[in-house]
Amino acid sequence: MTLTGTEPTVEALRDALKSRVARGDRFAGLFAARRDGGITLSAHVTAKGEGSGGTRGGSPPGAETAGGWIDTLEARLPPGASCYPALTPVLGAAFWYERVIHDETGLIPEGHPRIAPLIAAGRPEDHAPRRHVAGYGLFTIPHGPVRSGVFESMEYLVETPGEAIPHLNMRIFYKHRAVAARFAGASVGDGVLLAERAEGIASVAHALAYCHAVEAIAGCAVAREAALIRVVHAELERIANHLDVALRLADAAGLAVATARFALHKERVMRVVSGLCGTRFGRGVVVPGGISAFPAQDPGQILAAITRLEKEVAADAELAMGTSSFLDRLRGTGPLTPARAREHGALGPIGKASGFADDARSARPYDAYPQHGLEPYREQTGGDAMTRLRVRFEEAARAFSLIRRALSDFPERGQLTPQAPCDPPDGRATGWAEAPQGEVLYDLTIKDGRIAHCQPRSASFHNLVLMHEVFAGDILTDFPFIEASFGLSVAGAAL
Amino acid sequence: MSIWALRGLRDGIVTTRWPRRPDEYADSWRGPVTVTPDTGLPAADGADDAWLETLCPTGAIEVIDRVRIDQGRCILCGRCVSARPDRFTWSAGATGPAAAAAARQALVVPGEPETDEAVAVARAALAARTAALRRSVHLRHVDAGSDGSEEWEIQALLGPVYDIHRLGVFFTASPRHADVLLVTGAGTIGMTGPLRTTYDGMPDPKVVIAVGTDAISGGLLSDRLSGIAEAVPVDVWVPGSPPSPFAILNALLIATGKLTPVARR
Repeated sequence: MTLTGTEPTVEALRDALKSRVARGDRFAGLFAARRDGGITLSAHVTAKGEGSGGTRGGSPPGAETAGGWIDTLEARLPPGASCYPALTPVLGAAFWYERVIHDETGLIPEGHPRIAPLIAAGRPEDHAPRRHVAGYGLFTIPHGPVRSGVFESMEYLVETPGEAIPHLNMRIFYKHRAVAARFAGASVGDGVLLAERAEGIASVAHALAYCHAVEAIAGCAVAREAALIRVVHAELERIANHLDVALRLADAAGLAVATARFALHKERVMRVVSGLCGTRFGRGVVVPGGISAFPAQDPGQILAAITRLEKEVAADAELAMGTSSFLDRLRGTGPLTPARAREHGALGPIGKASGFADDARSARPYDAYPQHGLEPYREQTGGDAMTRLRVRFEEAARAFSLIRRALSDFPERGQLTPQAPCDPPDGRATGWAEAPQGEVLYDLTIKDGRIAHCQPRSASFHNLVLMHEVFAGDILTDFPFIEASFGLSVAGAAL
Repeated sequence: MSIWALRGLRDGIVTTRWPRRPDEYADSWRGPVTVTPDTGLPAADGADDAWLETLCPTGAIEVIDRVRIDQGRCILCGRCVSARPDRFTWSAGATGPAAAAAARQALVVPGEPETDEAVAVARAALAARTAALRRSVHLRHVDAGSDGSEEWEIQALLGPVYDIHRLGVFFTASPRHADVLLVTGAGTIGMTGPLRTTYDGMPDPKVVIAVGTDAISGGLLSDRLSGIAEAVPVDVWVPGSPPSPFAILNALLIATGKLTPVARR
C-alpha cells in the first residue's frame, strides 16, 4: 500500500494528488489513521483507464470492465511527528478533511487556513464566535443547534447586516458520534449494522458501499438476482430522499398542498420499502455477498405499485416546476458556479446541477448498474436551488425507470441465491455507492476476520462545506431554500 | 395556484383514522424482538441458553435463569429471530400499550411482577402530571445525536397520512411553549448542554419522550454513548431503530393521557 516509485512522504502525496486532480480525476477524501504503530495519511481519488500510481482500491467484482475505480494514495508520517505540511493550500477541497485530521489525531496541518475543531466538542473557547466580516451594523445570528421545527442538530452562525449574508459559519460537532471509531474491532457482520446507522436516511447506500469493500477483499461475486434487489432498494431510497427535499422546499415556500403531496408520495415510497423488507429505511437488506432475503411479494405486485407512484410523482413534479410563485424563490438562489463545483469535486445532485456529474452508478458501476446503466444526463449548469431541484426530479424519474427495469428483469423461476459465501481474508479495499446525496466511500481494512479499521466518508460531509460559498447575493429568507436544496444529513457529515 | 387546490383533492382522504379505528399498516408493523411465550422458560441444558446472548450485537439478550430481551437495546436487526425462530419472535404492531413503556425496566420482556408494580406507579405519576394536557399539546423536538432517520419519522407526523393536528397536537419552535419534549439520538457530548437547556426552558408540567433505541440506550454506539436519560428525566420510552411514525404517535397519546397504557405482558 505505498506509492509506487516514490517515497511515501506527505509532499509526494500532495504533488501526486495535485497532478491527478489537474488531469481531471476527482479528489474523494483524506484521512489519517494509526496503522502499524505510526500515522498514515490516506487520500482517495477517482481513477479511470490505466492505473496511474497508487494502489488500486477494491472495486466490486464484475464492475471492473466498466473502467472506473477509486485509488488510495498514502503517505506515512515520520515517527513522533506532530505536524505535516497541509494539503489545503494546493487542494481546497481538503479544507474540512484536514480539520477532522486535527480533531482526531492532534496533528497540525501546517499552512491550513483555519485549524479549529470541526467534529470534536473541544473546549468552549475553541468555538468562541469569531466574526469573519467587519463593518457598521453587522451582527451574528446564532441559529441552532436546537432549531425551530424538526431538524437534525447543527449550528449556523449567520453574519449579517440585516438582510444579506456576507458570511456563514457552520458547527457540526454537536452530533459527532464517533461512528468510525466504533467500527474498529467489530465483526464484519456488525459492520453492516453500523454502516446503516452512519447516515440513517441513506442506510442502503452506506450498507452497499461497506459491503462492496468487504466483497472486494473477499473476491466474492453477488448473484444477479440479489444485485437487482440491491438496485431496487438503492433507487427507492433515492426517490424518498429527493421527495423529502421537494417537500422541504415546498414547505419553505408555504405551498401547503405541494408539501402535503410530496409528503404523501414519500410516505408511500417508504411503505413500499417496508413492504419489501419490514423496515422503512431498507435496513437489514444488504449483507456482504448479497441480500439477506428476497422480498415476499411477487415482482409484478411491486411493479404495479411503483408504476402508480411514478405517474403521481411525475405529475406533481411537473406542476411544481411550473408554479411561478415557487420557482421565484428558487431561481438564482444559492448559486454554485460550475468552476467551484469542479474544483471541489461536488458530489451528487449538487455537482450535477453545476455541470459536474461524476455519478458512481455510471462512472464506477456496481451491482446491477453495469447492465441497467443510466442514460447520460442532460448537462445542467444553472447551479441554483431550482436546477438542483430539477436534477432531483430527473434522478427520481430515472430511479423509477431503473426499478421497473430491474423488476422486469428479475428471474421468474429457478434457484435464487440471496447471499453468496463471503469470507474475507486479511486485506484492505475501498467500496463505493451512489447515495441520494452523492457518492459514499468506505475504506475498510480486515484483519483476522474482524474490522481492523474502517473509514466511512459520506457525500454530506464532502458537500456541506460548499454551503459556505453559495450565499452570494442571497438574503436571510433564502436560507431555508438553500439548506433544503442541498439535501444533506448532519448525521452523515458529523459521523 | 387553483391547480394545486384541485390536485389536493385527487387522492381523497389519505389520513389514518387511528386511534379511533384500527389501522392496517400500524397493526402489520414489525416491532422490537420479544421472546416466544413458551420458550422463555429455562431450558433443561442451561449452557445452551447462555450462548443465545452472543447472538445480539447490542447485548439486548440476557440469560439469567431465563431468557430476557431488553427492547430498549434491540435495534431490530433480526439476527436472533433468524438464528432461533423457536425462541425469538418479532412483536407485532406499532401501537397499543406494549409499543411504548412508561418505565425503562418495562422494556425488558418478559417482565417481572415487581416491574409491573413500578410501571403502575410511574404511570399514575405521569397521568397526574399530565392531567392538564388533555386538549391541545405542543411538542418540541431535540436531536441529541440521531442517525437522521428518527427525524424523518417525526416529520412524517406532520404529513397528510398521520396529520397530528387532527388530534390537537402541534409542533412549536420555542421550548417555552412546549409541553412535550421528543428526544432522538444517542446522547452525544455536544448535545448534552443544549438538550438540558431546552428541557429547563420548558414550563411545568412537562413530559419527555425518548424516541428510538439510540435515545434509550445508545443502540450500537452504547460503548461510548448511553442515550439521553442521564441528561433529562424520561417519562415514555419508544423502542425502534427507528420507531414507526405510529409508534411515536402512540407514545405521544400515552404521554398526554389520550390513551391509557396498561401493564405490559
